[in-house]
Amino acid sequence: MDIVGVLPLDVAGAVIVLWLALGLLGLALQRSPHLIINVIFPFGAIVSLALAATGLWALGEVASYAILPMGLPDLPLHLRLDPLSAFFLILLGGASFGVSLFSAGYFKSMQGNTLGLLSLEYHLFLASMALVLLADDAYMFMVAWETMALSSYFLVTTDHNVPDIRKAGYLYLLIAHVGAIAILLSFGVMQGGHGIGAYTFVAMRGAHLSAFWASVAFLLALFGFGAKAGLLPLHVWLPEAHPAAPSPVSALMSGIMLKTAIYGILRFTFDLLGDSLGAQQWWWGVLALALGLVTAIFGVMFAAVQGDMKRLLAYSSIENIGLLLVGIGLAIIFHVYGKDALAALSLTAMLYHSLNHAFFKCLLFVGTGSILHATGERNMGRMGGLIHHMPWVAVLMLVGVLSISGLPPFNGFVSEWLLLQAFLLSPGLPNSYINMLIPVAAAVIALAAALAAYVMVKFYGIIFLGQPRGEVKTQPHDAGIWERIGLGWLALACVALGLAPVCVVRQLDLVTQLLVGRGLGNAAAGWLFLAPVDIERASYSPVYFLLAVLGVMLVTALVVHYFYHGRLRRGPAWDCGFPAQTSRMQDTAEGFGQPIRRIFEPFFRIESELPSAFDTHPRYHGRSDDRLWFALYLPIKSITEKLSSLASLLQHGRIHLYLSYTFVTLVVLLAFV
Amino acid sequence: MTTDQALGILFQLYQSLLVVALAPLLTGWVNQCCAWLQNRSGPGLLQPYRTLRKLFHKDAVMAYNASPLFRVTPYILFGCMWLAAAIIPIIAVDLPFSPAADVIALVGVFALARVFIALAAMDIGTAFGTLGARREMLVSFLAEPALLMVFFTASLISHSTQLPRIVDALAHHQFVLYPSLAFAGLAFVIVLLAENARIPIDNPATHLELTMIHEAMILEYSARHLALVEWASSLKLFAYISIGIALFVPYGIAEVGAMAGNWGSALPLAIFALLVKLILAGAALSLLEALLAKMRIFRAPEFLGTAFLLAVLGLLIHFLLGA
Repeated sequence: MDIVGVLPLDVAGAVIVLWLALGLLGLALQRSPHLIINVIFPFGAIVSLALAATGLWALGEVASYAILPMGLPDLPLHLRLDPLSAFFLILLGGASFGVSLFSAGYFKSMQGNTLGLLSLEYHLFLASMALVLLADDAYMFMVAWETMALSSYFLVTTDHNVPDIRKAGYLYLLIAHVGAIAILLSFGVMQGGHGIGAYTFVAMRGAHLSAFWASVAFLLALFGFGAKAGLLPLHVWLPEAHPAAPSPVSALMSGIMLKTAIYGILRFTFDLLGDSLGAQQWWWGVLALALGLVTAIFGVMFAAVQGDMKRLLAYSSIENIGLLLVGIGLAIIFHVYGKDALAALSLTAMLYHSLNHAFFKCLLFVGTGSILHATGERNMGRMGGLIHHMPWVAVLMLVGVLSISGLPPFNGFVSEWLLLQAFLLSPGLPNSYINMLIPVAAAVIALAAALAAYVMVKFYGIIFLGQPRGEVKTQPHDAGIWERIGLGWLALACVALGLAPVCVVRQLDLVTQLLVGRGLGNAAAGWLFLAPVDIERASYSPVYFLLAVLGVMLVTALVVHYFYHGRLRRGPAWDCGFPAQTSRMQDTAEGFGQPIRRIFEPFFRIESELPSAFDTHPRYHGRSDDRLWFALYLPIKSITEKLSSLASLLQHGRIHLYLSYTFVTLVVLLAFV
Repeated sequence: MTTDQALGILFQLYQSLLVVALAPLLTGWVNQCCAWLQNRSGPGLLQPYRTLRKLFHKDAVMAYNASPLFRVTPYILFGCMWLAAAIIPIIAVDLPFSPAADVIALVGVFALARVFIALAAMDIGTAFGTLGARREMLVSFLAEPALLMVFFTASLISHSTQLPRIVDALAHHQFVLYPSLAFAGLAFVIVLLAENARIPIDNPATHLELTMIHEAMILEYSARHLALVEWASSLKLFAYISIGIALFVPYGIAEVGAMAGNWGSALPLAIFALLVKLILAGAALSLLEALLAKMRIFRAPEFLGTAFLLAVLGLLIHFLLGA
């Protein structure tokens, strides 16, 4: 498509400016909150959609550049829109469209001044994520990256009156900055000592680092982006910050912001360090693969034992980030050994999963927002039977639950299928140790996927099904119209991505061509059959699959009702004839997770108090904590405290003492000169 | 449309109807064998059909707080299991539907059905329902990856994840014992027992409250819904045994192209081979059940963990030996 003189990058830039303007306008409109709700947020959503459309347009175009007349001396701000950025812009725009629409309904009961500030932070957050994706030099990247971290920090601490939320925000800010330092150092290594002009991405691509320095840059980048993505052992902020933030913000952070870290890893590994990657750095891939596997299993295991619905989803995000990293690791391994067709397959699977995760995780997180508004509860153990009160939310979230569990014909299954195909095609690598790692990795992926289904049955079953367990504060009501539209869009995207994988894979080819020089292609003609390598070898058609299941169901229902009858009586529940049943006899969230806690006992730090058998009001208390927090973070904290108490020996608060420190320092420095 | 394609669709339809009609008979046969082994006379081969007929004629009773999810689940369950049983090549390899769903999708179909029945079990909100759902998910989170690994071993040997191609490749090899397939076979037997609620994981013949898994989930179903759930269970058993036949003893299944020329002779032979294999497999299953004792529920993860490890070992052996 050729629009005279207008490049995709210009449109994307306009979108960013519009978002910033909307944010400022929201701040100015503090006194009329209904305008913020009914105009700013929906308009922001339309802008999101425009960004997604721009991304789709830019996928097929050549990369466009721009240099802004701003920035540091010798380093103006560079922007670039290539297919990799374009793909992540689609993800950002598509998912945030639904979340913004939902937000219009979700924040409607908020105070005007808080809402104005929130609208600024919200749109600034979106704009900074878009800028991270478009940045083409280290300075622009870091500025956008820090803006993203700070705006999301303020969003997380929206309810800053609650001490726990302030604590969660602090933890998030701390880890985000430790990560940012690592990314900055990685940039420093990649520019290769050529001065400030070498901080552009173009210069870094041509820097020709030695194998050692390339590895240092890769490890720093993995650490830095891992901190943002929630990679083990830098994951601790996720389960704290996600429950603390308002639900649409959790959705943006989990569904989209974590993907900017994935974007960073891809950009650094395959693009900026692309030259060095070809030079037999296979262990990068093995490291990423191993870290991803550990993260995936860890995340899903902890998700299974959570009682707080948003913490559960946060741990599930950790699992999905692990799966994405496994895809990256596989792609690195294949790319290094020259099997670019397979590298393209694993990258396609991984990119597809990023897109899927953005949509279903946003759907589930904003859904918890509706539940939170309806019940005032985050603890699943007090919910139950919400499907009767909130049918819209229940049906739309069922789509999300089935998608995230990796069930056909929804979208989660497609990316899982592609990833497993990548494993199945892998024999024949020259390194026999990697050859042995691959089947074990496939087994771990299968285990994580099966456990994810366990987690999601728990999530949905405890919240929506059964009978109400405890006294919820308000009478649960269904979501409002804006919330329904937002949820509906996200659910629709999950279904569409599940049913038309061939169309998506064709677009993803343009991205993998940039990264590993090859597209996956599709062996089958038309859009009905997904066949990544060869139709004889593997194929999958979600549309036929859905038609077959629906057809069989319909025939069965018709036959049963035609030949017999459709009579139905309602009565009390049977439950083996036990008369004195109460809703308290259902499993709570802790009860449903108990088998997992018992099987994987060594991985948890379990505290529990059992009531005595003669207690007339028995109360059970159980907690499963993360061992890493106690084994890694608390020691670091105590060491830091000790060091800072040593440093405080120097501090007395008297000005002449500080002046004499300065004097001594100067004398010492003079001695060196 | 060529004659081959028309014939393929005809076979697909024929097999679909055949499995749905034969599945309760297989369950009846297994129960009859169990009765013989326990020195009882048994209810007869056709008892499952009589039960289904009885259930279809009754009025359904449903709890006051049952949601639409509860009502629709039996149909989803039946649809999924029917689909699963229909896409496994048991009499002919030429099945036109097979490119739409390969072995990974087959595992997905089982998972879809399982998630729905577990959700339906939690829907009424009784103690036994949630207990059953939790245990079912516990058993399956180890059984499902084990099944996937079994399929992976078979598809690595045959370089395809499509069932007809796998069966074709395995049937065309001489009687060579693949070491990897031997491990996979052992794992598959354990998965079959666990997924079909058989001894030693579960006991299909009992409603003993504290030990049941599958029966606890479907306690609240009655009449036509229960009939569909029971029929789906039969179909599931049939599907699993067919998978076992297709992967480990594929001999006698009509080959690609054989149908086009002389289907008059290939088809009866294939059906005969299938019947013999089903009879033997059903008898073997009941013998296995008679020899084993029911396990405590918390021994089940160890048992299934063994299956998972065996399957992974099979896969590793394939990667190491290439066989």
